[in-house]
Amino acid sequence: MERAPVSRYRRPWIAAVQKGLLCGGVAVFLALVGMVETFAGRQIIVGVFSLGLALPVLTAVVAGYQGSQRQAGGVRGAPVVRGALAGAAVGAVVSALVVLGNLVNMRSMFVSASPAMFAALSFGRGTSGIPLVLLGAAAVGAVGAAASFLSAGVRRPLVTALAWTLGVGLFQELLQILLHAEGARSAVRELLFIEDGLSIRGATIVFALSWGSSTVWARRGGAVRQWHGRLPAPRQRVLRLGSLGGAVALLLLVPLAAGPFISQVLVLVGLFALLGLGLNVVVGFAGLLDLGYVAFFAIGAYTLGLLTSVGEYGIVGLSFWAAVPVAVAVSLVAGVLLGVPVLGIRGDYLAIATLGFGEIIRILVLSDFLRPWLGGSQGVLGIPKPMIGGFEFRGPEQLFYLTLVSCALVIFVAMRLRDSRLGRAWMAVREDEDVAEAMGINLVNVKLMAFAMGAAFGGLSGAIFAVMVGSVFPHSFQLLISINVLSLIIVGGMGSMPGVIVGSLFLVGLPELLREFAEYRFLIYGAALVLMMQLRPEGLWPAEALKRELHASEEVGAAAGPEDLAASDRRGGG
Amino acid sequence: MALLEVENLHVYYGNIHALKGISLKVDPGEIVTLIGANGAGKSTTLKTISGLLRPRGGQITLAGEDLSAMSPHGIVAKGVVHVPEGRRIFGRLSVTENLEMGAFTRTDRSGIEADLERVFGMFPRLRERRAQVAGTLSGGEQQMLATGRGLMTRPKVLLLDEPSMGLAPVLVDLIYDSIKEINASGTTILLVEQNAFMALSVASRGYVLQTGEVVLQGSAADLKANEEVRRAYLGG
Repeated sequence: MERAPVSRYRRPWIAAVQKGLLCGGVAVFLALVGMVETFAGRQIIVGVFSLGLALPVLTAVVAGYQGSQRQAGGVRGAPVVRGALAGAAVGAVVSALVVLGNLVNMRSMFVSASPAMFAALSFGRGTSGIPLVLLGAAAVGAVGAAASFLSAGVRRPLVTALAWTLGVGLFQELLQILLHAEGARSAVRELLFIEDGLSIRGATIVFALSWGSSTVWARRGGAVRQWHGRLPAPRQRVLRLGSLGGAVALLLLVPLAAGPFISQVLVLVGLFALLGLGLNVVVGFAGLLDLGYVAFFAIGAYTLGLLTSVGEYGIVGLSFWAAVPVAVAVSLVAGVLLGVPVLGIRGDYLAIATLGFGEIIRILVLSDFLRPWLGGSQGVLGIPKPMIGGFEFRGPEQLFYLTLVSCALVIFVAMRLRDSRLGRAWMAVREDEDVAEAMGINLVNVKLMAFAMGAAFGGLSGAIFAVMVGSVFPHSFQLLISINVLSLIIVGGMGSMPGVIVGSLFLVGLPELLREFAEYRFLIYGAALVLMMQLRPEGLWPAEALKRELHASEEVGAAAGPEDLAASDRRGGG
Repeated sequence: MALLEVENLHVYYGNIHALKGISLKVDPGEIVTLIGANGAGKSTTLKTISGLLRPRGGQITLAGEDLSAMSPHGIVAKGVVHVPEGRRIFGRLSVTENLEMGAFTRTDRSGIEADLERVFGMFPRLRERRAQVAGTLSGGEQQMLATGRGLMTRPKVLLLDEPSMGLAPVLVDLIYDSIKEINASGTTILLVEQNAFMALSVASRGYVLQTGEVVLQGSAADLKANEEVRRAYLGG
């Protein structure tokens, strides 16, 4: 353990090569699981740059950037050479794979080790392409190293512009749908895209635009912020309300502009956001780790299904609007019923106990025992769509509004709860249950309220899910939903409501939009979670308490980083 | 009549008999201390009084009213508050928020404001750091905060568990000055300490606990002079 850092400092060249080899390993892994080949078909700039190529290039950039770090002083330009070396090491590992692939047939072990993949890795030239691979990788590595020397004022616009170009290329399908109309929008589409990717012209325009605006913002952004800060408070309020109103208006227009596919994705995002907002009350506010949250989603969905269905298992044939309050109430009661037995259970044990509850509900609805009432694996069919007057929430474009209103309502309720006396009690319980009790907080009531409110929100989401699908099956209520919801809370930022929305967009919306990734969804998902916890443990849009915790450690300037603080807190909280 | 009275208290951890019939009483306005070695049952006694542990036998009364069947929050509402061992402040909340959490059971806004001022007056360090995140305070400041948070419930009886634990001598003095001050303003205190010398220097009476039993009791001066106590707890 003692030697590792010393050798890194004394022998930066070896360290650079080590990092290059490591990144090379990552590139080979990505190739062997088939990502390079699959994504080679996905054009970012048509005819020039594909997503498949982007993967090894990015690993080389990272290698170069990493390889150039960790050495003060020394010969000028040496870090760039080290970056190139690290890049070349990536190239070497990839080349070794190409050579190996030409010598032996690896397809019995790696299905993806096809000639097409090796062609993609060697610019279509096989082993004779190796010098090109090495040179290219070294050049890319040097670029990565050079990036670490640019001043932030230059680097940031550059990175922003690259990210925008990559993003526009990736989401071309979405953007092309949005721009699929007559007139001006169509003209923009023709300007930027050809076939299924950016044209060279389009890429240049996107790059230049985002680079330009980012540079301008870097120079003038501070002045704008100052101008905003100097405005009198009522004016600031007007501005804030104005932008909020604008955002709402835009949201209302989305289904009209985007069509059924994107609306469908957004409905799903909204349903998961509802689940996230509910679980956030339990986990984020009160600190009770609940892994069986899907149970309330199921209870809400089944209650609504049974009450409204016109099919075999329907009981009363209520309208959606009459059934929703019942579904929410039933879920709420279920939340209390779950809460009672686990009141005295804490931390990890609570997670396991609630996990059991989630599975019990799923197995119950699947059981033969309840089949005469719940339909077993066939589920409850024939759930009619909601109507208001003559307006029917027929498809995703209409259901979008239902989801949007529900989200707004739940956000409002959750916000009021958070700022109430109950919210403060939740916070105390989250921070330290024993002390909360010693301060006179009634743990039983406070915990049951958290479970009940969380369950109610989950039930509402389930009810909307039921009308969206038009039927309810046990199969829809897998453990994975609980885990997804928990992940989106963590990625968004524990305890933060905007974070839940952002987390839902990232973890539910993105995978739906980037369907080419479907096969690798969980690989990317896992990698993203690990990276997230490493680089930004507080989440994408952290809650106030977490943000302050990070701030405080900066102010004090203690040796302990935010991670240490957070980690010690988590340990202390058990 | 005693303000707080514990009679023949029996507490078990599973099968382990932790308190074997402890009796003690605290008169209004007193500081009474429980001293003894690790595992003697000092903290267990406090936790049982504040309702965090359930006794299997015995009685706890506050001004004649039975507390032993009450919930912890009910006991706080009656005016008995427990400042737990190891400070246990809310690390991610600010100093002020911690103190406000202490006033959770109260609804008298102006009274809370006044008590906040009183705590800040007693611990000027906390006023200086009122907006700071409590987890970044030093050990001594955290003890001040935990004590102040307890005071915010406006207790009749304050149960203090090891307030000197892990603090530098100069801070121990400071904390003990504040204990005297709190007592002087009318709050009755039951103090648990391993630092027997400090505890006996502020208390009027004391009980010596050994493996769950009271083995000795008397005025602080008598205990300080007692040969056994000197040998076992005062270092000579």
